Amino acid sequence: MNKSLRILSAPLIKENPIIVQVLGICSALAVTSKLETAIVMSLAVIFVTAFANTAVSLIRRQVPGSIRIIVEMTIIASLVIIADQLIKAFAFSVSKQLSVYVGLIITNCIILGRTEAFGLKNAPLASFLDGLGNGLGYSLILLTVASVRELFGAGKLLGFTILRANTEGGWYVPNGLLVLPASAFFLIGLIIWALRTVKPETGKE
Amino acid sequence: MPSESPRKTFLVALGVCLVCSVLVSTAVVGLRQRQQANRELDKLKNILLAADLYTEDAAVRQTFDAKIRPALVDLSGGRILSETPADKRLDPINFDIKVIARDPKLSQAIPPAENLAGIGRRPGYMVIYQVMENEQVVRLILPVYGKGLWSTMYGFIALKNDLQMVTGFIFYEHGETPGLGGEIDNPRWRAKWIGKRAFDESGELKIEVVKGTVDPASPQAQYQVDGLSGATLTTRGIDNLVQFWLGENGYGPFLQNLRAKEVAHE
Repeated sequence: MNKSLRILSAPLIKENPIIVQVLGICSALAVTSKLETAIVMSLAVIFVTAFANTAVSLIRRQVPGSIRIIVEMTIIASLVIIADQLIKAFAFSVSKQLSVYVGLIITNCIILGRTEAFGLKNAPLASFLDGLGNGLGYSLILLTVASVRELFGAGKLLGFTILRANTEGGWYVPNGLLVLPASAFFLIGLIIWALRTVKPETGKE
Repeated sequence: MPSESPRKTFLVALGVCLVCSVLVSTAVVGLRQRQQANRELDKLKNILLAADLYTEDAAVRQTFDAKIRPALVDLSGGRILSETPADKRLDPINFDIKVIARDPKLSQAIPPAENLAGIGRRPGYMVIYQVMENEQVVRLILPVYGKGLWSTMYGFIALKNDLQMVTGFIFYEHGETPGLGGEIDNPRWRAKWIGKRAFDESGELKIEVVKGTVDPASPQAQYQVDGLSGATLTTRGIDNLVQFWLGENGYGPFLQNLRAKEVAHE
């Protein structure tokens, strides 16, 4: 039980895919201008990493080494299509905002990385937890960045006004930089800096 | 450890593909109806956005039914058909541009020299949306589409009942690059269209998308809209599709007839 908990919790901070392994940055920049899109994207990535890792683990003894990458990609791509279809059916307006980025989960290095490094070598349950944990670690950063960007970039959270912007008769002058994708780079950079100051071991090669 | 025989490799690949394809097709087929309903509602929502009538998602269909009157326009004749033809595909409710444009009986090939919007075939009919106020048409919402950089962009352009002023422009379906061409969805850019004049007093088509920013001092400024930086080809596509749809091959004859009717009334 303890081991399972460790598998699940390690990717949250200590081995976080974004801030420690610096993977999956592309989508972290693209979908974090609003909290709503970040939440849906996070759920999609959690779904894909957890189930791709489990599926790869289930067939790990059958898959010949020569085609293992393409098998992993097929599984990941199928799961991404399913996630994309679900989002289009149940969160249509968000799916329009996410546009190509759901499809691009296929190329998110976190997922292939986990199936290669963990799913191929471990039992299904542990793989599921590992996938779940990595998905959650990714989500944690995505949601943090998105909260900061939406709150200070637009004065809102989930579309509700928190800081009334001066364009709508309030006092708050929105920070235009935070609306641009580049600001996510700065925020992630700051988070990495903070983490490496508090826990220097995460920065070691 | 996995055995590396060609037979085994082949079987595993086949098995994985079979299972994956069954899962994917189940999801696609099972969710299709729901997605279709979403797309239709989204189209109505965009018509309301173009008409500046949108309030909230829950009220979309209600507002649409109360304020908007769809009408089938015969593009070559330039007239609204008072009776819906028997063909079910021409029913304003079920009307799907893509289906009509594919059908050789309901659409015509556009000569290459006039094919500004890059769409190849022009539907013979289009469903337009009239915004009603006290039984008067106050605005016309005209569906337009054409090629951008990567995709065919589908949208609506709204004209005031003076048939000159643009009161809204929105795209509801496109596949342009997010952040560049995708900025055509940006409300700030869409707002630049509002108040521009598509035609001058004599009914000549004047509106254009310029590269860079419009010079506000120029007498042409009322006919010009800023291009999007980093999205030259997308905005050129938009310029082309506006020229096409508001021109002779598009709604030109229809708008001309409306103008003539107004003159006759006065």
